[in-house]
Amino acid sequence: MTLTLDAPRIVTTHPLLQVRNVSKSYGSVKALRDVSALAYPGEVLGIVGESGSGKSTLLRMMNLEETPDTGSYTLDLPDVEGNLFDLDRFARRMLCATRIGIVYQNPHLGLLMKHSSSGNVAERLLVAGERSFATLRTKATAALDASEFPLDRLDAPPIELSGGMQQRVQLAKAIALEPALLLLDEPTTGLDVSVQALVLDTLKRLQQERRITMVIVSHDLGVIRTLADRVMVMRGGTVVEAGLADQIFQDPQHAYTQQLVHAKL
Amino acid sequence: MTPILDIEGLSKGFTLHHLGNQIEAFDNISFKVGAGEFVLLKGANGAGKSTLLRTLYRSYLPRGGVIRFYSDHGPIDLARAADIDIAHLRRTEIGFVTQFLQTRPRVSAEAIVSEPLRLHGVPADEALTRARVALSTFGVKQDLWKAYPTTFSGGEQQKVNLARALILPQKLLLLDEPTASLDANARAALVSRLEELKEAGTAMIGVFHHPGDVEKLIDRVVDLTPDLINSEDRTDVDL
Amino acid sequence: MTLQALTKPWEPMSYGFLDGSAKREIRRKMIKAIAVPGCQMPYASREVPMARGWGTGGLQVSLTLVNPAMRVKVIDQGADDSVNAASIRRFIARVAGTPTTMNTLEADLIQSRHRIPEEVLREDQVLVLQVPNPEPLRPVQPNMSIARQMHADADYGRMWLQLYEQIVRSGRVMQGASYPSLVHGRHVMTPSPIPRWDVPKLHMAKHLTILSAGREKRIFAVPPFTRVEPLVFSDVPYKVEDHAELTCHRSGTRGYLMNEIPQDDGSSLFEVSDSEWGVKAIRRRDGEDVALGETWYKNGKMPS
Repeated sequence: MTLTLDAPRIVTTHPLLQVRNVSKSYGSVKALRDVSALAYPGEVLGIVGESGSGKSTLLRMMNLEETPDTGSYTLDLPDVEGNLFDLDRFARRMLCATRIGIVYQNPHLGLLMKHSSSGNVAERLLVAGERSFATLRTKATAALDASEFPLDRLDAPPIELSGGMQQRVQLAKAIALEPALLLLDEPTTGLDVSVQALVLDTLKRLQQERRITMVIVSHDLGVIRTLADRVMVMRGGTVVEAGLADQIFQDPQHAYTQQLVHAKL
Repeated sequence: MTPILDIEGLSKGFTLHHLGNQIEAFDNISFKVGAGEFVLLKGANGAGKSTLLRTLYRSYLPRGGVIRFYSDHGPIDLARAADIDIAHLRRTEIGFVTQFLQTRPRVSAEAIVSEPLRLHGVPADEALTRARVALSTFGVKQDLWKAYPTTFSGGEQQKVNLARALILPQKLLLLDEPTASLDANARAALVSRLEELKEAGTAMIGVFHHPGDVEKLIDRVVDLTPDLINSEDRTDVDL
Repeated sequence: MTLQALTKPWEPMSYGFLDGSAKREIRRKMIKAIAVPGCQMPYASREVPMARGWGTGGLQVSLTLVNPAMRVKVIDQGADDSVNAASIRRFIARVAGTPTTMNTLEADLIQSRHRIPEEVLREDQVLVLQVPNPEPLRPVQPNMSIARQMHADADYGRMWLQLYEQIVRSGRVMQGASYPSLVHGRHVMTPSPIPRWDVPKLHMAKHLTILSAGREKRIFAVPPFTRVEPLVFSDVPYKVEDHAELTCHRSGTRGYLMNEIPQDDGSSLFEVSDSEWGVKAIRRRDGEDVALGETWYKNGKMPS
């Protein structure tokens, strides 16, 4: 039994995020083939797949860092209209700076390593026009605190911090402006297992408390299982299976998903 | 009686791609459940009792058939409904009580129990009060209310789990051996809470290892033993 | 008609040293810079008989602007009599035949390094500032292509972040000279390394300021009556150097930017940085009838 993206529904919430029929080629390599994804307000969409499956490309598109060859992207937010892939560079930058938060696997992509940690968070507030030093300080501290960052290291530069702490700074930066959408690109990959668990705890708690809509990309089924409400399984630039997280893990339909689930459990 | 669930010709099997074979769980099951009804699932081990519950909850995708659920939004076929609708119904109208608590690190027992109420719009302090009442009903000691259940013993975790799962009256409650690993007092508390919910109109479908615990609640029995499928027994069946 | 009648007689060099096409390019770039206040315009920056980094940018603008009737004043760190100021002044006079002056009130064109004179400049005066590093974003964005995009987007978050970092690390804004300032509410510029003391003088000034970097090949401008606002947090006020209470030990003048002269005993004496202002104050004290112009700062305070 297959379920389509647009199955008739009874609950009338609109998806916050809609990516539809996206395809992208790099030369002769097809990174994405006709991929669609929805995320509803307050839910966590997990995208799982091995490297080269196109999951990170899809996430970068959601952060408007990449533009597909064909396809559309809409966000159901006030003042945000039309296909976001049609926006110019400036409009994209403003949208991402104020409404979308992202945590990268590599903290160097998301952080200024030699500035203070609080400054990294404050930058986001500054871009949004905050001009009071006291407010910047208070809000940056609050965001870092929510990310369970040790406040005695508030002004330490990320380069002096451990990998787990760097991810917490990235997370604080991403949530400082109460984003409508939080994108997580392998946020715990490369961390020690125990540190990984702590960072996942924080993400889980933030999600529960603030009901932020999240899209998380990982090759690690454990991470996806911990966080996601719904899961998309990708392979070779296509979605092989999508469903409720417990259904994907307990009753995978596709041969590839079964292989993935059985290999990891 | 107000219909809640109307199951027609429901089948479930598993395709194991790596073995290249199929496992049949159950085939062509039909029965109805009305408001305030308690249906006991019966059958030998492996007859597919838990599988049926999980299929109704959509943790498993059915192979065929219709699961018509009369939700507050109108009738909906749970076998085909969009994931987001299922997720919504799970939050608001369909409960599933298992033997295991899904603990969350650094969330206190009382917070875990009050969460369904808060998601339903109950003010925080009232939710907390009701959560504490539920915890004490199931015999969780007051010292433990603010503690993190991650560290609790299996039995205590199960009490927290039940308190949470049963705190919000729902339209349909699926029970998968909730009495396992419970002491006698907690078992009695569970039965009395289920009775309350039944009075209030919750439809229940349950699998119990020792059905004697809930004997007085049972309205009907559905036997999943293959040759008996479709024959709805009555309360007076020999348990 | 002979060919000779159509051409000018041979001269060893063009008026004002630079050839006509170089001057035309600089004029065009100056007009652009005035049209978009604070925005950096690239230009070719010709060779002049002076090393890059010694004021070649300012010199090229001065040589383009001069005519034989203009009085030229050149300042280096407030002083008219330093070697560099004297050399540039003499060079302009020689190649353009202009009269020179040290008196701010008499000057038509003032080329300056690192200072704006203490006396208020008028509509008919032009200030040319020598700029070593025209890009305010360089400390936060070493890639100049990206920096240009940031200017285009008015993306100055990193600039503000730099100020935030200074307060976090040192308890106050440490930026001394070339304090980043928002021009006409749009472009952030570095006002050449003038002290903080001088930045408010640019705000809604009557005179035209042209800033030119010879080595970096950029011209930008603050047209008359243009807003120049230093970047400050709403709750951390802009502070100028703490010189309001200092007195010049030679001229006795008080309430202007001073140079500190360390003494053998460890103490310091102070001397007014605008040397010509000091000279005029001394001559006035000695009984000469010297006209002192109105100053920007009054009793050590910039009237708001």
